[in-house]
Amino acid sequence: MAEVQALVNELATKLRKRKVEGSRETARLTAELLRTVISQQRVTSAALVEVVRDVGQQLIAANPVELAVGNIVRRVLRIIRDGDLSPEVGGLTLVSQGDDGDIVEEDDKPFLLSDAISQTILHPPSLVAQLESKPNLVCHFEGKAADKTPSSWQFKHQIIEGVNDLIEDINTCHELIADQSLELIHQNEVILTLGHSRTVKKFLYAAKEKKRSFQVYVAEGAPKHLGHVLANELTEKHLQTTVIPDSSVFAMISRVNMVIVGVHAVMANGGVIAPVGMNMVALAAKRHAVPFVVVGGTHKLCPLFPNNPEVLLNDMRCPSELLSFGDFSDCMDFSVGSGAALLHVVNPAFDYVPPELVSLFVTEIGGYHPSYIYRLISDYYSADDIVLQQKPAS
Amino acid sequence: MGAQKKGASRASEDPEELARLPLQAILLADSFTTKFRPITLERPKVLLPLVNAPMISYTLAWLESAGVEEVFVVCCAHSKQVISYLENSEWFSQPNFTVTTIESHDSVSAGDALRVIYERNVIHGDFVLISGDTVSNMSLTQVLQEHKERRKKDSNAAMTIVIKRSKPSQIIHQCQLGTDVLFMAIDPNTKQLLYYEDNADHAKGSIYIDKLLLADKSSISLHNDKQDCYIDICSPEVLSLFTDNFDYHHLRCHFLKGLLVDDIMGYKIFTHEIHSTYAARIDNFRSYDTISRDIIQRWAYPLVPDVKFFRDSSTKLERQGMYLVSELGQSRSAQIGPFTVIGNGTKIGDNTKISNSVIGDGCSIGPNVSIEGSYIWDNVTIEDGCKIRHAIVCDGVIMKSGAVLEPGVVLSFKVFLILLFLQVVIGQQFIAPSYLMVSLLQQPIKQNSDEKLEYVDNSTGNAEISSLTHALDISNGEIANQQQETQCWATSELGIGGAGYVWSICEGGHDEGWRHSVAPIPTEKLAEVIQAAEDDHDGSLPTSDSDSDEEPRDDSYFENEVEATFLRAVDENIKVENVVLEVNSLRLSYNKQTANCAGAVFYSMIKLALESPHNSAGELVQALMKVITKWKGLLKYYLSDIDEEIEVIMKFEDMCLESAKEFSPVFDKILYQLYDHTIIREEAILRWDDEKRDADASDRIFVRQAEDFIQWLREASEEEDEEE
Repeated sequence: MAEVQALVNELATKLRKRKVEGSRETARLTAELLRTVISQQRVTSAALVEVVRDVGQQLIAANPVELAVGNIVRRVLRIIRDGDLSPEVGGLTLVSQGDDGDIVEEDDKPFLLSDAISQTILHPPSLVAQLESKPNLVCHFEGKAADKTPSSWQFKHQIIEGVNDLIEDINTCHELIADQSLELIHQNEVILTLGHSRTVKKFLYAAKEKKRSFQVYVAEGAPKHLGHVLANELTEKHLQTTVIPDSSVFAMISRVNMVIVGVHAVMANGGVIAPVGMNMVALAAKRHAVPFVVVGGTHKLCPLFPNNPEVLLNDMRCPSELLSFGDFSDCMDFSVGSGAALLHVVNPAFDYVPPELVSLFVTEIGGYHPSYIYRLISDYYSADDIVLQQKPAS
Repeated sequence: MGAQKKGASRASEDPEELARLPLQAILLADSFTTKFRPITLERPKVLLPLVNAPMISYTLAWLESAGVEEVFVVCCAHSKQVISYLENSEWFSQPNFTVTTIESHDSVSAGDALRVIYERNVIHGDFVLISGDTVSNMSLTQVLQEHKERRKKDSNAAMTIVIKRSKPSQIIHQCQLGTDVLFMAIDPNTKQLLYYEDNADHAKGSIYIDKLLLADKSSISLHNDKQDCYIDICSPEVLSLFTDNFDYHHLRCHFLKGLLVDDIMGYKIFTHEIHSTYAARIDNFRSYDTISRDIIQRWAYPLVPDVKFFRDSSTKLERQGMYLVSELGQSRSAQIGPFTVIGNGTKIGDNTKISNSVIGDGCSIGPNVSIEGSYIWDNVTIEDGCKIRHAIVCDGVIMKSGAVLEPGVVLSFKVFLILLFLQVVIGQQFIAPSYLMVSLLQQPIKQNSDEKLEYVDNSTGNAEISSLTHALDISNGEIANQQQETQCWATSELGIGGAGYVWSICEGGHDEGWRHSVAPIPTEKLAEVIQAAEDDHDGSLPTSDSDSDEEPRDDSYFENEVEATFLRAVDENIKVENVVLEVNSLRLSYNKQTANCAGAVFYSMIKLALESPHNSAGELVQALMKVITKWKGLLKYYLSDIDEEIEVIMKFEDMCLESAKEFSPVFDKILYQLYDHTIIREEAILRWDDEKRDADASDRIFVRQAEDFIQWLREASEEEDEEE
């Protein structure tokens, strides 16, 4: 248990010190950590939910802006709850658990049950995997020593399998998304993107490899200018690439056929948290009726609603990305009497793009309209887990 | 992890070297200066909170994130406190990061501390030498790489110092951090440091560089816009150099300059300039202010309050750079302005305004308080109506209602201020004048310039505090008396019932208070300095050095202040004791002698008499004597010594020549009156006469005028002698 805590602390420290950044990387690390946590636990079902929730809270507190952490924790919790449900009596036990809780949860019950039904219908990856793996497990189990009850052992194995699938999903989401590139990118089209996103890069590569010929405009993505990096990488693949400053996006948008961008997170209302400058691109696209397509894995899907996103879901980076400290100090003047600096440099990392500006989400499970995001969220997350921060009153 | 990544990337070049040597750092948990006194008498500088986290935690966090694996913390002053902080913090339990404390009680300088390290024999390779008050987010990868490459080519490359660009002010010859302008000569090709001067004589306006430097090098670039970050990458030889040269104390004054002039050993020092990243060292109160603001404006990202680098606080960044905790006890009508940090569990009352400030944990701030540009540490109580501007208020200070802190005030731990004069009729509130420092510990009275370091007597510091507070609670008057005996300032300076000693700002050869204070430099000061500089350029004052020519200007300021105080006292009929207190506090803030006070008080009396209606010289004398008899107590307070009496006579003389010519015909009469009222004793008059004897005629007008009187005095004293 102590080693597990050490691992949790290590990841929390990395998150806190911003040594791990990017939603895919954090999602993968979180899922792997939770897998270790679960495999080290001897307890089952409800207790496991508590443990995972605890770990999740620590990780989320370490960097609240990295929403992927919370998403993965919720996904894992859902897997645990599903594992509890999958035996025939499971549905009943869960309901009885709900009875122990608050009266408020009365409302959730029918929702939960309908969720469980929709799960089986909509073939989410975790459940499919469970069903497939079950026979093997049973055979495997018969040869083992019986120090654990068969159901708990099987239950845990199912969960670990589920988490493994989740990790697999995270690892392969780029390829699955890229597979859909031909449906979206057509011959001789002009694509505009902003900054650098690995998902977008793979998406464009895939289209190029499949012999589509198209042009890419890359807005440089100030202040980090990662667009330059993307442009370099695209030209290596012999793609016709043009780098433009962020400020000329509006001027160029009329000759663009489609905007394809990567994002930081997709919120429950279909709005997105994206690298700074994205809102401007989306507005320009809307003005000229250019489709604004967001590509991203389902691990970016966040069940929270954006409340005051400019402030609460933002990260104020170091101003030295905009202005070197030497230049800044040149602007400082000793004759300023009040003591408060007259020059402030603010460097927010993210922009919020409201759902009405987004035309399409392309995820590894297909393309969706922003208004459909709420369905995906109810598929992937249990309603009990949406608020992780405060523990239930019980 | 950075360390691992770096290890991996460099492993290809020299794997065997890297496998054996983890990157080490020496952290000096002591600045070996007294600039943060009186605060540092009670707590070591590295534990002082900088935006609500101890300074040392910034340094350690940076070392850890920069990939340093082993840190030796050298604790000198208050070593127990530093060690117990580190033990209770998480720094001992980090993976891939070991912190070892080394205690050294007899080290009085950085040189001594490094000698201790050398004796321990723990440093095996290149190491980072840093002081525990440095804030940085620079990456060490590049500078280490450069250093190692240089070492391969030239084993004499002993040290690489990190510098950054920072424009100094041309007016006051100091940079934003409040340190003096640094002059450096660097070889632009090799980045070798050739010349380093951090306390050049600005009055002369020139520096001298050995022409041999120019002989060897094809080019030299001279900089005055660089700032030393005090982050050094050192080779192991540095430690042995310190051991060989036992007179090396200061890292820059002795060691660095020593290496630069020493051409026998041939050690070389190189520079590394950082551009986009941040590094700065807290040297004095001004840099404390500047660096705090830089942190709040996120230049030190990710070392910012909301990133939770050090502790689990729920600080959130709101619009306009406000860092607020989630459970803030804030009144609805309180206005919290931009660039403000509020700590955990702090309560803020109605209509209170806070801007550009840092408030610590657990403070309670009453209604109608205004706080601007100040640093309030933990558990401070500020009652209603207080005004605080550009001040530092340490842990546990209690400020009673209505107290006002002017810019630059420093209140050390647990100072108790009831800044209300009860006797004053209209309830006039106490105003702590600019640059005042108050501490519960007494200022050491006289110090040798040699032992300007603080920690010899410090081990007993804590015990003293408790006993002192106790004593103060019981009998204020008694303590006050004691202090008067020891030439220190009575506790009643802080209002009746207040506790604490007032420190005079400038001890030793330190610069004037405003240079290093937290407060921004007042515009008048700037104007003054510009004026002084212009005068220097004109050459109208060819021989005077900058110090002596600033004084008269300061004098007139001081006199005006005293005059205003005095006039108010006359108008409002304030008691003499209270006027004495106010004048004393002015005296402290302007760093004046008692003689100056006497002069200034006399000056204001004459001014008053001059303004009263009068028709003839006789009436004028009468008016003056009326004023003087009334305020005799005040004047007498400052005339305890012959020198001060002479000062008064001289002052009077000056005034008769310049501002109050009406008095010149009656000079002798007034002198007689002063003698008659026993304000000035005969010795003083005779001494004045003696002093003036050799002066030229124009200076002796008044001596001649008073000749008869002096003659009479001499005869009288001779008679007395004869009688005896």
